[in-house]
Amino acid sequence: MKFSHFAAASAASVIALSSHAAAQTQIDWWHAMGGELGEKTEALATAFNATQSEFVVVPSYRGSYAETMTGAIAAFRAGEQPDIVQVFEVGTGTMMAAQGAIVPVYQLMANAGVDFDPSAFLPAVVGYYTDPEGNMLSMPFNSSTPILYYNRNIFEAAGLDPNTPPTTWAEVEEFSRQIVSSGAAECGFTSRWVSWAQLENFSAWHNQPIGTLQNGFGGLETELTFNGPVQVRHWENLARWEDEGLYRYAGPGGGNDAGPAFYSQTCGILMESSAGRAGVMANATDFEVGIGMLPYYDDVDGAPQNTIIGGATLWVLSGGSEEEQRGVAEFFNFLSSPEVQAQWHQDTGYLPITQAAYELSQAQGYYEANPGADTSIRQMTLNEPTENSRGLRFGNYVQIRTVIDEEFERLLSGAVDAQGALDAVVERGNALIREFEDANG
Amino acid sequence: MQTKRTIFGNKGLPYLLLAPQLIITGIFFLWPAAQAVRQSFLREDAFGLNFTFVGLRNYERLLDSPEYLNAIKVTVIFSISTVILALGVSLVLALAVDRMIRSGRAYTTLLVWPYAVAPAVAGILWWFIFNPTIGIMPYVLETFFGYDWNHLLTPSDAMILVVVAAAWKQISYNFLFFVAGLQSIPNSLREAAAIDGAGPFKRFWTITLPLLSPTTFFLLVVNIVYTLFETFAVIDATTEGGPAQATNILVYKVFRDGFVGLNFGSSAAQSVILMGLVIVLTFVQFRFVERRVTY
Amino acid sequence: MVENQRWLDYLAHAVLILGVVIVAFPVYVAVIASTHAPTAFTSGTIPLLPGGNAVETYTGVFEGGIASQMSVPIGVMMTNSMIMALAIAFGKIVISILSAFAIVYFRFPFRVLAFWMIFITLMLPVEVRIVPTFEVISNLNMLNSYYGLTVPLMASATATFLFRQVFLTIPDEMMEAARIDGAGPMKFFKDILLPMSQTNIAALFVILFIYGWNQYLWPILVTTDDSYQTIVAGIKRMADVVDSEPLWNSIMSVTVLAMLPPVAVVIFMQRLFVKGLVDSEK
Repeated sequence: MKFSHFAAASAASVIALSSHAAAQTQIDWWHAMGGELGEKTEALATAFNATQSEFVVVPSYRGSYAETMTGAIAAFRAGEQPDIVQVFEVGTGTMMAAQGAIVPVYQLMANAGVDFDPSAFLPAVVGYYTDPEGNMLSMPFNSSTPILYYNRNIFEAAGLDPNTPPTTWAEVEEFSRQIVSSGAAECGFTSRWVSWAQLENFSAWHNQPIGTLQNGFGGLETELTFNGPVQVRHWENLARWEDEGLYRYAGPGGGNDAGPAFYSQTCGILMESSAGRAGVMANATDFEVGIGMLPYYDDVDGAPQNTIIGGATLWVLSGGSEEEQRGVAEFFNFLSSPEVQAQWHQDTGYLPITQAAYELSQAQGYYEANPGADTSIRQMTLNEPTENSRGLRFGNYVQIRTVIDEEFERLLSGAVDAQGALDAVVERGNALIREFEDANG
Repeated sequence: MQTKRTIFGNKGLPYLLLAPQLIITGIFFLWPAAQAVRQSFLREDAFGLNFTFVGLRNYERLLDSPEYLNAIKVTVIFSISTVILALGVSLVLALAVDRMIRSGRAYTTLLVWPYAVAPAVAGILWWFIFNPTIGIMPYVLETFFGYDWNHLLTPSDAMILVVVAAAWKQISYNFLFFVAGLQSIPNSLREAAAIDGAGPFKRFWTITLPLLSPTTFFLLVVNIVYTLFETFAVIDATTEGGPAQATNILVYKVFRDGFVGLNFGSSAAQSVILMGLVIVLTFVQFRFVERRVTY
Repeated sequence: MVENQRWLDYLAHAVLILGVVIVAFPVYVAVIASTHAPTAFTSGTIPLLPGGNAVETYTGVFEGGIASQMSVPIGVMMTNSMIMALAIAFGKIVISILSAFAIVYFRFPFRVLAFWMIFITLMLPVEVRIVPTFEVISNLNMLNSYYGLTVPLMASATATFLFRQVFLTIPDEMMEAARIDGAGPMKFFKDILLPMSQTNIAALFVILFIYGWNQYLWPILVTTDDSYQTIVAGIKRMADVVDSEPLWNSIMSVTVLAMLPPVAVVIFMQRLFVKGLVDSEK
């Protein structure tokens, strides 16, 4: 097969790969950012490579989050792992438990002797990814939290005040009813990420536990507990609202149909990641968008507490040379510098990870120019996080999310009631957590 | 197993002819498959850092789990429906093309080229077409038939969607083989039957269908294998196995549990069961079907 | 034709037109989508008539870069897909026609075992045995190479099975005659079997070319170097966006472009395929 060498050579020459000098240490970075975010992600590597000549970071798109993570694990098992891999937040439990496979960020920084101040980071963002002693395990890269978007034109047509988003679930119901009965739109509200927005964040926002042992931060022997009365009440309501046409279910996982339902003005309110802001604005071609915080039940004690993040972080895999690890440390240092962070935050809508980057964005007047862009940060930092609202950490959580979607679907189809659905989630979820504990114990 | 009445006598040659296929199969299929068998008896973490031998526990857990039994049921319904739809539609189209003297080739071209769409992309297209909010099909169903399509919540809608999408991908393929099969049936046979007074339907049942049986058998096997093993791109892009596992077929479950869930032990056990299933399936087919197939 | 029945002809035309509409509809949607602005799909029912954005979309795709969200030039991706599809199609046909020949025309120890060994590869696509297969590829140093991209995918039984079926339908007299003429097995293979399987080779080539062209998960796993990226992986990369809406118009235009080579193969091979049928006039 001679032709393949020829083709490889010609392909390589077409793409004009930057020929790196032999002295440079190559750092492989696998990421899951497709589309425009992918371009912005790769631009970060290019910018870092331009600042120094010792290391060259080579980013490589590896498919969806799940594909990237499994690809990296397969590569690790074959001894071909990259230095850095981007892992979504629900993979955190798996990565943390793999002690021989990862290098915690705090240790990496200490080994490399890079000046690194953990207190510079926003606790609400970094807290999700620290060990019980508060040491940072992975580098937050793209973090966001669910917020509420609404269609001002529909609000106006329904006789609602376009400047007042609903703040409580009672208002969501009332507004939705008015939207539907006035004929302003077909449905009141829809939501992406049912599991993330309507169960996990819902629990944190109402200061309700998701699981025992500080939502799993305390150890592998944790158990799920989100079948409490507050969550049951909310799911019961969602099922009733779906039945009455006030709420529209948008599918499992990310709920891909939610965006189209909102953009086509079928639904007046959308609950979606704060990082989706740019996309929402770009696709809302025929109407004005307003932004608000997630709604809460005002008769629940402690609500609203604070919401938790989602998104992905960068994990360092072991096996790289000392030089490579030093390069990774330098790269992370570069990523967390205020200018780079502020730029990334403003370009993408992801949360800034340091206080300095947030303040820099304020100083640059970004939030005045983009009303609603700081809703996510205010919502995340509304109160000092409690045991219930720091985040969550369970093994096999990717599968547990699937279980949550399934039971929610069963609830909506009328096969079970809310209590039954959440009990089933807890039971099936705990079995998955036990399996994980067995495999990693 | 069937062979020729007469054969060549060479001793070494057949091995030489088989060598490339066997080497590739051995390295890239049998070896990984053996690994899967090994993994199915282990419990290990995702990175393979520590593992314990657990005997048959992965299998016991599977057979105890209602999700797995549900996946079996879903697979049977999905496979049978898809195979019938895909074979039926393409046979009808092939028969129609076979009647055409001048326009046959034009129709063939028009029917075959959509086969070029990648499954990953076809999934996206079906997602578009059946999207409850912006899709054209729910709109048509609602406007003309008053049917409220929602495959996100109604299990039967979801099943119809994945069956249609999976069958669509296979129609062109089956069509191509049926056309080739039909054209290899000697015209003289059909003419003779027509002279004997057999009408078009009688001729189809007594002449065409039996003579098509090698093609049909081949397609049957290929289509079953297709529905069982090669449909996740379609399912992944449209229903993701939902709602509430209503379209979670066996191979999608292997994929989800192993590739997404990183539960390699259980996923490997499921693969092994699937391998066993196919061995049995093909064995049965060879024993019972091949005897009845006329060549 | 056997006899003239007008109503049957009309019925046949009606069935075929309906069939063409059904089969081509999703592709039609893709073509239409590529002519609209990116926001046309998410707001309102998807358009069924062409929009005015075609020139812009297609030039954007050819220019590449951030506007169309493509980091690898489309030419490179097309070349890679072409290499992959051709290598897989040729490789599979050669490998499987030889083994089918061995299985049908020879009797030797372990023949049945060999057949079964090949046959079980029909099942379990690469997606479900990804981890061990990846290990093999990496042990053989085949990551980031065209070998790694193509060779493992040549191990499939479908083609062998098809050729076996074809050979079984070839009358035994053919071979008896060849033996009387003193032809050896390879001469018989070259002079009789190959020409007689021509149409099947053509049909199979179409299918295997498309199979190779449409691979997604495999290329993305065994290559980390962008210069090996294939067009289908590129399409998925454009569609697979996190926290934003994909640029559907660009994606669909790349989809349409990506379909051109396989469609050309289908049309070109169909000519061969029909010719083969006509030549072997029954």
